Amino acid sequence: MLALDFAFFTPDVISGYIVKGFIFSLQLTLVAMIGGIVLGTLLALMRLSGKTWLVMPAAAYVNTMRSVPLVMVILWFFLLIPLVIGRPLGAETSALITFTLFEAAYYSEIMRAGIQSVSRGQVAAGYALGMTYRQTMGLIVLPQAFRNMLPVLLTQTIILFQDTSLVYAIGAYDLLKGFEIAGKNFNRPVETYLVAAVLYFIISFSLSMLVRKLQQRIAIVR
Amino acid sequence: MSTWDWQVFCKETTSGDVAPSCFGSGGDITYLDWLLSAWGWTLSVSVLALLVALLLGSLMGILRTTPHRGLVLLGNAWTELFRNIPLLVQIFLWYHVVPALIPPLRGVPSFILVVMGLGLFTSARISEQVRAGIQSLAGGQRMAGLAMGFTLPQTYRHVLLPMAYRIIIPPLTSESMNIIKNSSVAFAVSISELTLFALQAQEETSRGIEVYLAVSGLYFISAFAINRAALFIENRVRVPGMIGGGGH
Repeated sequence: MLALDFAFFTPDVISGYIVKGFIFSLQLTLVAMIGGIVLGTLLALMRLSGKTWLVMPAAAYVNTMRSVPLVMVILWFFLLIPLVIGRPLGAETSALITFTLFEAAYYSEIMRAGIQSVSRGQVAAGYALGMTYRQTMGLIVLPQAFRNMLPVLLTQTIILFQDTSLVYAIGAYDLLKGFEIAGKNFNRPVETYLVAAVLYFIISFSLSMLVRKLQQRIAIVR
Repeated sequence: MSTWDWQVFCKETTSGDVAPSCFGSGGDITYLDWLLSAWGWTLSVSVLALLVALLLGSLMGILRTTPHRGLVLLGNAWTELFRNIPLLVQIFLWYHVVPALIPPLRGVPSFILVVMGLGLFTSARISEQVRAGIQSLAGGQRMAGLAMGFTLPQTYRHVLLPMAYRIIIPPLTSESMNIIKNSSVAFAVSISELTLFALQAQEETSRGIEVYLAVSGLYFISAFAINRAALFIENRVRVPGMIGGGGH
């Protein structure tokens, strides 16, 4: 039995290795969440527009993203973005772009279900009041869709937070990377991976408890 | 951007020569050989992990619907534990931490460790679906089984599970497709599967786009095959008269 020794986890080590990675993981989660929901909503509106020239590309985009492993998508973008913009791009920036575009596909499926959960009568009522498509969607349908889907959107965000660890594939400095480097430098990989697992667990578990609470509150108000 | 060069797959990995048959001979292998063997590793990891996940996920999902408080707690704890730690971190735990803490596991090949990691991670998701499937049945089904004199295990075996599993085939299908995609994290512990092939072949040949296209295509084909197989099973076990039982 190996003796575990967590003594090397001093505040200096934490601020030197872990905090930097933690901030990037949070940044990546927030940017991909906000960007992903905005783009995802646009994709969902395209798919529900009924116009073939909008439906087809949106469906193709969403299905392609969803049929390839996220790790491969990360590698694809890391390879393609420099070819397109003509200069190399840091792993962190590449990850921000990749996650936003990748998550958009998943958020769009949630928003599509959300929009479809709003009854048709609401759209008809909007048009009957003389509202345009834009007004009907923006003022009547999307607010309700967003509200109905809020717990699912947040659950997807927790999955997104866990998936940020996959930037390991291109060597970006995220939370997991911070732990890994600390573990290598102090030759304590067992302890650092354990602490990393506990930290990810505490964050994801408490967030999912919050989502569960929110779900109950929304359900009562309805 | 330069032009396509699909011949890269016919190159031998050590000499760099183009093999006429596109398959290696005389001890050397081509990138095509390597790609196919990597596909084999991806499929092996996925299928074995799926078996582990179905077994443990079903068990935990069933426990969560039993009337025994302790068993429910066990099932809940299992599910929350394996659902709230990122898959990659779990893989590292299996690879770096478990053998260090449990010495008898030190000689276990990393392939087995990855299968366990991916299997247990997915078992938490399957446990959620099995639980939801059982709870979606009318409460009278369980009572009817017990009233007929079935024991609790018999009620599960003959009354609840046959219907619950049919109901959850669609989510189980998407979970099975996810396991193919998730097996890509095995690259991080040097399993020679598709993603590791993509990383290494890209580096060696500098034909990243061709390599990535081939790998992404194989992931797609694998997931699609599982999708078709699940649809076949769904149609075969369909109960006439139930929801979705009327045919297309």
